Order: sequence, then structure tokens, then C-alpha cells
Amino acid sequence: MADLAIEHSHNPGAYEPPLFAAYSKKVGMWLFILSDSLTFGALIFAYSYGRISIPNWPTPFNTHSIVNASIMTFCLLSSSLTMVMAVAAANRGDQVRTVRWILATMVGGLAFVILHAREWAGLVDEGMTPWANKFAGGTVPQFGGTFFTLTGLHMVHVTIGVLYLGIIAWRSRAAKFNHEDVEVSGLYWHFVDLVWMFIFPLVYLMSTKL
Amino acid sequence: MSHDHALAHEHRMAPYYWVWGLLLVFTAVEVALAYQHLRPINMLTILLALSLVKAAMIILFFMHLRTEVTRMKIALMASLVICLTLMFTFFSDALRIIQLGPK
Repeated sequence: MADLAIEHSHNPGAYEPPLFAAYSKKVGMWLFILSDSLTFGALIFAYSYGRISIPNWPTPFNTHSIVNASIMTFCLLSSSLTMVMAVAAANRGDQVRTVRWILATMVGGLAFVILHAREWAGLVDEGMTPWANKFAGGTVPQFGGTFFTLTGLHMVHVTIGVLYLGIIAWRSRAAKFNHEDVEVSGLYWHFVDLVWMFIFPLVYLMSTKL
Repeated sequence: MSHDHALAHEHRMAPYYWVWGLLLVFTAVEVALAYQHLRPINMLTILLALSLVKAAMIILFFMHLRTEVTRMKIALMASLVICLTLMFTFFSDALRIIQLGPK
């Protein structure tokens, strides 16, 4: 096949370097992250607007809830660090460590999902649904709506993220995916962590009963 | 992995450990603030500022934006900041509404 090799050097203009000096998958993920940021921005705006404009906005989160949410934050932040390790290992071509660090990241994500689901179950037991709640005499139904929409959408992102990482780990092990795929999945995972950096303070810490 | 390789690897990873530690410290500060019972609008302002710093650290270090080319940094961040700022322009209305209530 060597005699069929195409020589590009005579026509360099035909192969321009990419505008952002990055591979297309990475640019695509960044564009997705930008659009998703606006979705989360709108939901955070809605919750914060209600929190400030309604004087009797419910404040149901006690010390137990805050400790639980702090542990969730620790899990997600630590999973971001393990994801950084996975990307570094992938860039070194260390397949075994890449898979191990991705699995560690998935464990952090799963712990987050389990703790979050447990917390939701507690709130539902207290009569809180996306449509109604007993807090503040039941006068602020939009509390449940904004809370469950925002945390629910984030939970969906974490769950999809864990599955996405599982696929990346599985395919990386078989050398079907390379370091670019690991880095792109890392971008998604860090974004999920970044969104929680807004949800935890602006939703939980703004509605505390301490 | 040789000893030199291991040292070089640890050296490269050091900023990430620092960022992780700082993010935890910032989170702890936010939790401590919740016990200070500040006015909601003051609390929201402080928490939003701290969250923006945390987000910047995640974007620059964990998401490696600091190593991308300048035009990518500008294209991504300028569009995001402009759109979010436009969206949050209406936030001051939340304060206006609360002041319009019965006195």
C-alpha cells in the first residue's frame, strides 16, 4: 500500500489546522456544556428569584440535611479529582490506571446518587412533591417545583454521567476508545460537578433551618 | 514507573490536589456562612461570588481551559458570560417585588 500513500506537503492549504487547535469531539462537548449551562442557569435563576421575592419561602433544610449535602459535595468533588487522574493516565497511555480511576469516579458518582435519592425520599415523606408541600403552611407550592426540577435535572446528568463513564471504561479496556474520548467524558463529568457547586449553596444553604 | 517518572508525575498533579483542597475549603466556608443567619439577599450575593470562584477553578484546572488557545477561551467564556448576564439582568426585579408588598 505504500505506493498509494498520498503526499500532502505540496498542498498544505488543503489541510488547515482546526480553528480552536482542538479535536472536534472536544469542541462539540464544550458547545453542549455551554448550552446546558444556560438551561441550569435558568433553573437556578428561577429558584433564587423565588427565594428572594417570597418572604415566607420554605427553609426545611436542617443540620442533618446540610451534613448529607456536604457529604454529597465531597463525593462529587473527589470524583472530579479521580477523573483528572483518569485523563492524566489516558494521556500517558496507561490503560490499566485509566480504567481504575474511571471506576473510582463512578463510585463517587454512585455514592452521590444514592445519598441524593435517600434525601429525596425523606422530603417526600414530609409531604413534599413537585406540586405541593406542607412547609410555610403550604402557601409556596413553587418551592417543590423549582427544587425537584433543578436537583432532578442534575441527578439525571449524574446518572447519565456514570453510565457514560462506564461505557468509556469498558471500551478503553478493550482499546476501542483513546485518550481523547476519556478527556471528553472528563469534561462532561467536571461540568456536572461545576453545576453542583451552584446548586448546593444557592438551593440548600439559602433555605436552611439552623 | 521509575522513581524520576513518579516524581515528575506527582509534580504535574500537585496543582490539581491544591484545587481540590481549595474547593473543599470554599465549601466549608459556605456551610459556616449558613450558620450566620445573614439577610437572604446578602447571603445570596456572597454565595454566588464564592460559587463563581469555584466554577472558575474547575473550568481552568479540571477542565483544562487554561491550556487551550486564547481564541477558544474567549469564544467559550464570552458567549457564556454574555448569555447568563442577560438572563440574570432581571434578577433585581425579585427585590422590587418584595418592596412593593403591603407596608
